[in-house]
Amino acid sequence: MSSQLFSQERYLTKEGYISFFSHSLVEDIKADNYQVLSVIDKKTGEIAIQLLMKSFMFEKALMQEHFNQSYVESYKYPKATFKGYILNLKELDVQNGTVEIKGILSLHGKEKKISTIANIQILKDQINLSGHFMVEVADFDIKIPIVVRNNIAKTIKITFDLKHKPYK
Amino acid sequence: MLNFKRMKNLLLVFLIFLMSNSLFSQTLDAILAKESVENSTDVSGTFNGTRIMNGQSIETRQKGVLEFLIQHRFGRINSGGYELYGLDESNIRFGLEYAVTDDFAIALGRSSFEKVYDGYLKYRLLKQKTGNKSVPLSVTLFASGTEKTLKDYDPAKKPSFSDRLVYTSQVLIARKFNSNFSLQISPTYMHYNTASSSLNPNDIYAVGFGTKIKISKHISINGEYYYSVNSFKSMETENSIALGIGIETGGHIFQLIFTNSRAMIEKGFIAETQGDFFNGDIHFGFNISRDFYLDKAKETEKLY
Repeated sequence: MSSQLFSQERYLTKEGYISFFSHSLVEDIKADNYQVLSVIDKKTGEIAIQLLMKSFMFEKALMQEHFNQSYVESYKYPKATFKGYILNLKELDVQNGTVEIKGILSLHGKEKKISTIANIQILKDQINLSGHFMVEVADFDIKIPIVVRNNIAKTIKITFDLKHKPYK
Repeated sequence: MLNFKRMKNLLLVFLIFLMSNSLFSQTLDAILAKESVENSTDVSGTFNGTRIMNGQSIETRQKGVLEFLIQHRFGRINSGGYELYGLDESNIRFGLEYAVTDDFAIALGRSSFEKVYDGYLKYRLLKQKTGNKSVPLSVTLFASGTEKTLKDYDPAKKPSFSDRLVYTSQVLIARKFNSNFSLQISPTYMHYNTASSSLNPNDIYAVGFGTKIKISKHISINGEYYYSVNSFKSMETENSIALGIGIETGGHIFQLIFTNSRAMIEKGFIAETQGDFFNGDIHFGFNISRDFYLDKAKETEKLY
């Protein structure tokens, strides 16, 4: 009874999209992840996101190999998670608007507080969240060898697009 | 009557308790844990390059990559100071390997030792995968043909092209056990169109064992051993041993090798190795590999 009653409040996606983009004078590097798991509690505004680092797809296989093996060490830290709140979700009475999201991003064994503004779209049976924010590579203890330091940006742009459906 | 009412109340409290319990137990974390299904992904980097040391690894390059491989073997270390411990003598193999698809590669090479041309095909039949549909092993098929062009024959008895052909076929089976340790077993069959002596068999059977042990992010220790089931009778042959380190940076792979084999093609190091590793008949050498992305020709200056 209870699960039926409250399930309406949870929204989930298993195919969310998160990408990151690194711009440097030498080259631009982009990776896409289309297997992002995200769940929202509409009542409390809680949000939890989880992804596998090795599901990031790069243009070049060797980049992906180095990303997983050397930089984020996916075999040791397979997941990245974000846990936080969508502020004033309840008060939001329009279909399209912006919300503030605050929470903690865990990646490569390190945690960092993130605060960002996101676009939200609340439809009858869908909640879409999209936006972007910047993270510092150094905050996550990711060591970039000196020889490739010019190839990889110090600040990485994270883009997200998550289309949640009611969770049953 | 009163008792019954009290029981009813108790039941209600109990029900509410149950409800609230189930409400709070199913946190978002629990939903994530429940819904996370690990999609199967290919295991990458079983070996650093397309060679373990002398022999082929299960790896092929990504589609559109042209790998340029320069291999060098010096003379024997125990040849003394006059020969600068083998460094005076050197033989080289240049090779180009093109990945037609992610799973299929074609290659051509030329060795200075015995002036041999070689060509081969490599096909990744099975890829090791992790996740919900996991596959425990990688299997790659390898087939090559080599043609010796050294004019070491009696001019009156010039051999035909097909007389000097040697075929090699291998089933390369490997598993990456963890991020630091990979192992490969390579059953091998070789056919000499013409045996070099009436004592020698046309068909050679062998099995190779190769390993990679990663000691840091970019450096690994590699080892390789080929055991010949049968061998030539006209000369004394040894099983091929190779030990070395692999260094990986950007689009380059650099391998430093100590081996008792002089040749860098299968029929050479598997069937025709004559050096005794434990007697110091060791050749120092290296493999250098550089990848060119033909799909994105302009980007070759970049890191990847």
